Amino acid sequence: MIRLTDVAKEYPRSGVALAQISFEVKKGEFVYLTGPSGSGKTTILRLLYMDDKPSQGEVWINGVSSKNATGREISRLRRRLGIVFQDFRLLEDRSAEANVRFALEVTGAPKATIRAKVTRVLTQVGLASKATSFPRELSGGEQQRVAIARALINDPFVLIADEPTGNLDERATRSVFQLLRDINSSGTAVIMATHDLDLVRRSNYRTIELNHGRVVFDSSESPASERPIEEPWEVRETPPDSTEQI
Amino acid sequence: MRSAREALTASRRAPLLSALGIVTIAFSLFAFGLFGLVAINIRKALDEVEERVEVRAFLSDSADIEAVAAAMKDIGDFPEVLRIDYVSKEKALERARKEMGEFADVFEAGVLPASIEVHLRPGMRSPSSVRSVADRMKTYSFIDDVRYGEEWVEKLYRLRNIATVAGIALGVAFAAVAIIIIGATIRMTVLARAKEISIMRLVGATDMFIRLPFLIDGLVKGVLGGLLALVFVWVANRVVNEYFMQTIFFDRQLIFLGVVGGAVMGVLGSLFSVGRHLRRI
Repeated sequence: MIRLTDVAKEYPRSGVALAQISFEVKKGEFVYLTGPSGSGKTTILRLLYMDDKPSQGEVWINGVSSKNATGREISRLRRRLGIVFQDFRLLEDRSAEANVRFALEVTGAPKATIRAKVTRVLTQVGLASKATSFPRELSGGEQQRVAIARALINDPFVLIADEPTGNLDERATRSVFQLLRDINSSGTAVIMATHDLDLVRRSNYRTIELNHGRVVFDSSESPASERPIEEPWEVRETPPDSTEQI
Repeated sequence: MRSAREALTASRRAPLLSALGIVTIAFSLFAFGLFGLVAINIRKALDEVEERVEVRAFLSDSADIEAVAAAMKDIGDFPEVLRIDYVSKEKALERARKEMGEFADVFEAGVLPASIEVHLRPGMRSPSSVRSVADRMKTYSFIDDVRYGEEWVEKLYRLRNIATVAGIALGVAFAAVAIIIIGATIRMTVLARAKEISIMRLVGATDMFIRLPFLIDGLVKGVLGGLLALVFVWVANRVVNEYFMQTIFFDRQLIFLGVVGGAVMGVLGSLFSVGRHLRRI
């Protein structure tokens, strides 16, 4: 479903962001992408939703290859992905419901379908009662739920989440995480970048750890005891990918 | 349909920005329009002067009237010739007396020769074609002399060339400035909606889908700006007519072209701004 083969990414100014990255994600899998800031988590996610192309190697996702994907193919691919960010990325001048609807409207879906689906996903994330609220009227956790609802509206085969709990307090983090688990248990794969070690330790999902743009640990290949997770993470001085905006 | 609705909604969300955009476009097109007005008036003045370009052939006294008539028919068939007139000795005298006013008496009957006057078609008044007509006329045996103010024709022609080149250069410069301003205006709209565009891309909207509302926005602003500029130019023309000098205004075709030009600039400006934005993110 998702395969990265010997992927490297270099930026002209900040240098090597990723090197020799190879892994696969299977249908319905839950994968943590961990590592210190600047280790390349966000870069990998951006390569997955084809916001950027690898300098070397190949990213293969749902039949689309980074080597020859056209703009139209990338648009079609993204309609089958759900993407969630730390900063929610909601449109401030629209209600929760309008934000969710927006994602379907741009794909040209018929009106009746849109209405039914919006109600369904807002109920799924537990925000049916706040459909008409604007983002500023919602808590951080609620805003992230709206963002997740938006990501779910196109029935994605994988949910890509970049530090989805990074801006949330303990309680909101737990509930958003539970929501992601529920989504995963209904068959959607989840790839979640996080540096919340507690979260990673508490659950038994596959963990891919990055450092300096390389995979240093993949729990699907090594026994959990070899996990170098107790070591303090070394933080890079100039994170190559944290300045990249989409 | 959706794109048009989207464009309209976007304008309603930021009415001030839209109004500012239209006025900015109107002013840049106004400058372009004023220049155009000056250019067509200079052109008209030059055309009027050029209409006076004529070739005059003086006939010898012994000329056979039938041969002259035949020659006039031949000359009238030259592709360059618009009109050909016969000026008899009497008419030449009458004309000369009228022009000389109080010195009318210096001319005596029979002093001035008869002549034929040839007017050339517009576009056939360049020095080379005037010379070529004159040369062909000289071949008739009963034509003594052919005059056409050689130097004057050449000067006029040069002036016209300079005016044309200057007109095109300035026109292109004004149009470029207008396009840049329109592009910048639309870029403001694009930047104001940058977040929306980035989210649209993330959820799988195609570039065309994102671009279309902006193109419609540019088109509408270009047309409205063009119409507003037209009103400004019209008022300016009225003022000049009222207080300074007689000028002509654009004809319907030019007005239509101007508004279409505004629309095209609006679309080009949008295409450029959105394209650049989409490539960058």
